[in-house]
Amino acid sequence: MDDLKLMTYIAVGLSFALYIGVAIWARAGSTKDYYVAGGGVHPVVNGMATAADWMSAASFISMAGLISAMGYDGSVYLMGWTGGYVLLAVLLAPYLRKFGKFTVPEFIGDRYYSQTARIVAVVCLIFISFTYVAGQMRGVGIVFSRFLEVEITTGLIIGMGLVFFYAVLGGMKGITYTQVAQYVVLIFAYTIPAIFISLQLTGHLLPQTGLGADLANGQPFLARLNTVVTDLGFANYTTSSKSMIDIVAITFALMAGTAGLPHVIVRFFTVPKVRDARSSAGWALVFIAILYTTAPAVGAMARYNVIATVNTHVAQDKPLLAQEANLKAEDRPEWMKRWEKTGLLKWDDKNGDGLIQHYNDKSKNPEVLAKAEALGYKGNELTVDRDIMVLANPEVAQLPNWVIALVAAGGIAAALSTAAGLLLVISAAISHDLLKGVIAPNISEKSELMAGRAASAVAVLVAGYLGYNPPGFVAEVVAFAFGLACASLFPTILLGIFSKKMNTQGAIAGMLTGLIFTFCYILYFKGIFITPMAENIPANWLFGISPEGIGSVGAILNVVVALIVSRVTPACPDHIQHLVEDIRTPRGAGTAHAH
Amino acid sequence: MSSIKKDATAQQNADAYWKDTLKLLWIVLALWAVVSYFAGIFFASALNNIYLAGYPLGFWFAQQGSIYAFVVLIFWYAKQMGKIDEKHDVHED
Repeated sequence: MDDLKLMTYIAVGLSFALYIGVAIWARAGSTKDYYVAGGGVHPVVNGMATAADWMSAASFISMAGLISAMGYDGSVYLMGWTGGYVLLAVLLAPYLRKFGKFTVPEFIGDRYYSQTARIVAVVCLIFISFTYVAGQMRGVGIVFSRFLEVEITTGLIIGMGLVFFYAVLGGMKGITYTQVAQYVVLIFAYTIPAIFISLQLTGHLLPQTGLGADLANGQPFLARLNTVVTDLGFANYTTSSKSMIDIVAITFALMAGTAGLPHVIVRFFTVPKVRDARSSAGWALVFIAILYTTAPAVGAMARYNVIATVNTHVAQDKPLLAQEANLKAEDRPEWMKRWEKTGLLKWDDKNGDGLIQHYNDKSKNPEVLAKAEALGYKGNELTVDRDIMVLANPEVAQLPNWVIALVAAGGIAAALSTAAGLLLVISAAISHDLLKGVIAPNISEKSELMAGRAASAVAVLVAGYLGYNPPGFVAEVVAFAFGLACASLFPTILLGIFSKKMNTQGAIAGMLTGLIFTFCYILYFKGIFITPMAENIPANWLFGISPEGIGSVGAILNVVVALIVSRVTPACPDHIQHLVEDIRTPRGAGTAHAH
Repeated sequence: MSSIKKDATAQQNADAYWKDTLKLLWIVLALWAVVSYFAGIFFASALNNIYLAGYPLGFWFAQQGSIYAFVVLIFWYAKQMGKIDEKHDVHED
């Protein structure tokens, strides 16, 4: 076993021991412990747990890679996945905390005085959470297979076993405190390599200022990166190449989707007071912002470093399209060979000259193509999967082995913390909303707790299966989850708080419209379970909005349909209007779930 | 729900509280839209002609500034809501 592999085993093993220790220390005794961690979690602690809950394998592993490939257009993820917390803090979290129940479907069922509404909400929740959890389990499998060199299946089983242990035993209480530990692991794993790389390239300790700083030769980093990518025929890094309406739609869908994700909302049920729910959203965003403001630097610097690895003229300020600039294949570094084995990095000597030519062979700039052809290039020879940027980053920058091992532990922490949070809301929806709420209202607390644990055990198995047989690529599946949360749960909860007159018919019609419209639109272009019915290109899209952004339109349809239907059906009863008035004022939050 | 007071003054107070809350809410949402949609998307290319600490400004808002602004906005909102709660005497003990 080589040094790196040994160190990775140690880092991952130690982090697992930490999570198990915390889970045993904080296991759940009552349903209140199980669903809302006893309701007494400090807002800063809750903020940190929310940050780990929220930052998934997609944030940790994929996001910087997406930004790296998309440049400015990657901003939709940065703004979308953070701006949602402003919506949560001002529109939802304090009011749902005042309502003081255990689950999101419970709020919808009580507010809309309807078991049907509650069941529709459970269906939305289960669909959103399962699509999301499948991506997490896949992430665990990828990290295991690359760094510990075990089969993806073995990695999945280990991950499932661990999540099962602390989510099933500990419930929300166990999850909360393990998520705090996971946050610490993942934030160190993310920022340490970024600090090293920022120091190497710009001499700045903080990646946030390093991205705007100058290279050693005095050139501004971003200006140099723009020159490098455009000279090789790629799009300019700091400006947009998408349509504005699509950028707006995607950003909004991610924001409202974030605010509508059940596993994020329930975290705000765990704090003692309404005012804690407000500040806790701020703390969550502080902890998230540490990673999210680092990610743009990781993306841009990884892009630069990867190009510089295969093109020696990047660092020398000479013309980039030149045969003598290209790296000889036999000289390529060890990390390239290691990633080639996973199939996520490919090198293909198209013109048989033993040199690696990396440029955009589909460039819109004819000069680049003509020049490349004159030099005897026969197409781009290096393809790097976006998902490996963060994981390969420390290797690309030739950082010490312990940093690489830490990144592996961090990636697993990000995936596990989110998977656990998702499994808990799924199990709560089944044991609390379906079993206790609809099927067997007289069930004892002890049996309900048992049912919750059984439900999360089944959910772990389904999640593992979905991780092994994912119904599409991770990014596609995640777009699904956000679009559906944005179009179904978010508007319905919002109207439940801000429109006293919204009634059960309006809410159900709105939820179903948003859900079905968004579901069908994504299926129409992406397929996932079926063959796509039309090519996924801007010319075919409705108003030029991509499937990633269509949740925004779904949300608008939801609100419009709900308002129209509620005007022509029986009015919302008085006692519900009083309930809404009560939710709007903070006083009395502590006793709210006694009635 | 025994705590709900149905007399007219309490109702007036609740309405005044909600009016103040909505006013603050609109201010927060307006600022939220300004730092993200306006500075980071609509006017990003115009702002890119201005530089801040080496960043083109529109790009900075989209990838850094909006996030900092969101954090500040939430804490400011939480503080202002605390004041509104006390003003209308609906705060928690």
